[in-house]
Amino acid sequence: MKGTPIFFYIFVMWALIIGGGGLLVSIIAPLSIHGFGTFDHIVDSIVKAAIAMMLVVLWILVMSKIKNWIFQKQISH
Amino acid sequence: MLDRTIVGILISAIAFVTVYGITPSLINALTKRNMVVKDYNKEVATMVSRPGGPSILAGILASEFTLYTFFPSAEILAIIITTSLAFLVGFADDRKVLGGWFKPLALAGSAVPIILLGVYYPHLTFPLFGSVHIPELYLALIIFMIPVTGNAINSIDVLNGVASGFMTIASFALTICLVIVHNYDVALASLPLGFVSLAFYKYHKVPSRIFPGDSGALTLGAMYGALAIIGHVEVIAAIALLPAVINSFLFLSSVKRIIEHRQIKAKPVVHTEDFRLMASDDKSAPVTLVRLILANGPMTEKQVGFVIFRLALFSAALAIITAFMMGIKI
Repeated sequence: MKGTPIFFYIFVMWALIIGGGGLLVSIIAPLSIHGFGTFDHIVDSIVKAAIAMMLVVLWILVMSKIKNWIFQKQISH
Repeated sequence: MLDRTIVGILISAIAFVTVYGITPSLINALTKRNMVVKDYNKEVATMVSRPGGPSILAGILASEFTLYTFFPSAEILAIIITTSLAFLVGFADDRKVLGGWFKPLALAGSAVPIILLGVYYPHLTFPLFGSVHIPELYLALIIFMIPVTGNAINSIDVLNGVASGFMTIASFALTICLVIVHNYDVALASLPLGFVSLAFYKYHKVPSRIFPGDSGALTLGAMYGALAIIGHVEVIAAIALLPAVINSFLFLSSVKRIIEHRQIKAKPVVHTEDFRLMASDDKSAPVTLVRLILANGPMTEKQVGFVIFRLALFSAALAIITAFMMGIKI
């Protein structure tokens, strides 16, 4: 079927969104940072935001690698 | 529930009939004012009216204001204001070509009413795992989401009927998902988006009589983003939009900067002798969804459109599965 690799790519993207969400909810969200007194909440938010952004960058890199892998033939065509 | 069903039928009819009825007059008015552009994918030189944004906005406003008279809420107001601001951004770009950064920044500004009216819930919910409370980060997500959905629909508006057809599928999928997660009020508010897109598709499909232009595409995309935030279905909405997101992602990852499609020198798609579409072999041309679809060989414009609709249906199915998964916790 025309466009089959793209269906697979969409499916991989979907799986990564579900998996990444799981990582965010199960591991990163429960993290709690102490020791900064009244700034605990701000530091906690900044650290979690930074980790979330790093995850997004990682997600983009992974998607880019998978894109090159799946579409290598098509792109070189 | 019966009230909602009747109002749902009424606003769907208003949305559809408004666009279906107004668009032919808009086509005539645009043609008289010479507001036409060349359809580059036609063998015989064809000029097509642009932009169709005003009729799309008229359909959305007529139906959403009707909904507001029955069920007044800040959520509906936020949808109306954000969508209208996105239309103005697109209309400005239709009238005068603006820089690549203008649209994302101006669309980010369109999201501000959602924050000011406080119609968001700062939790990001994922299927199977539950939600995370991200009060500060969520504001950034709101500002980020409207430009992403707006530009995603705008970037997929490359062939006759694709943007409106794709939006029809994605927005009806979003409505179904909102019903599955029991968010009936926002599901009701989302109905006009699907019916407006469907009515516009009648004139936008191959061979197009009108193009939505930036004003039409950004209006549709921004309303979709607003519904996702207000309906608290951000992840589901992103999944239903994956083919358009992939198109933007492929384009950005190949050109490596934010620029307008019209600024690209090397075209990703060229024509065969019989004027079918063919993937360009120019290595400097950006990788796009259409170019990848055409990698297996030349196709007609209509055939490429149907492949994109099949991808949209696949993503819609994944979004609906995800909506059901929201009710499951592991």
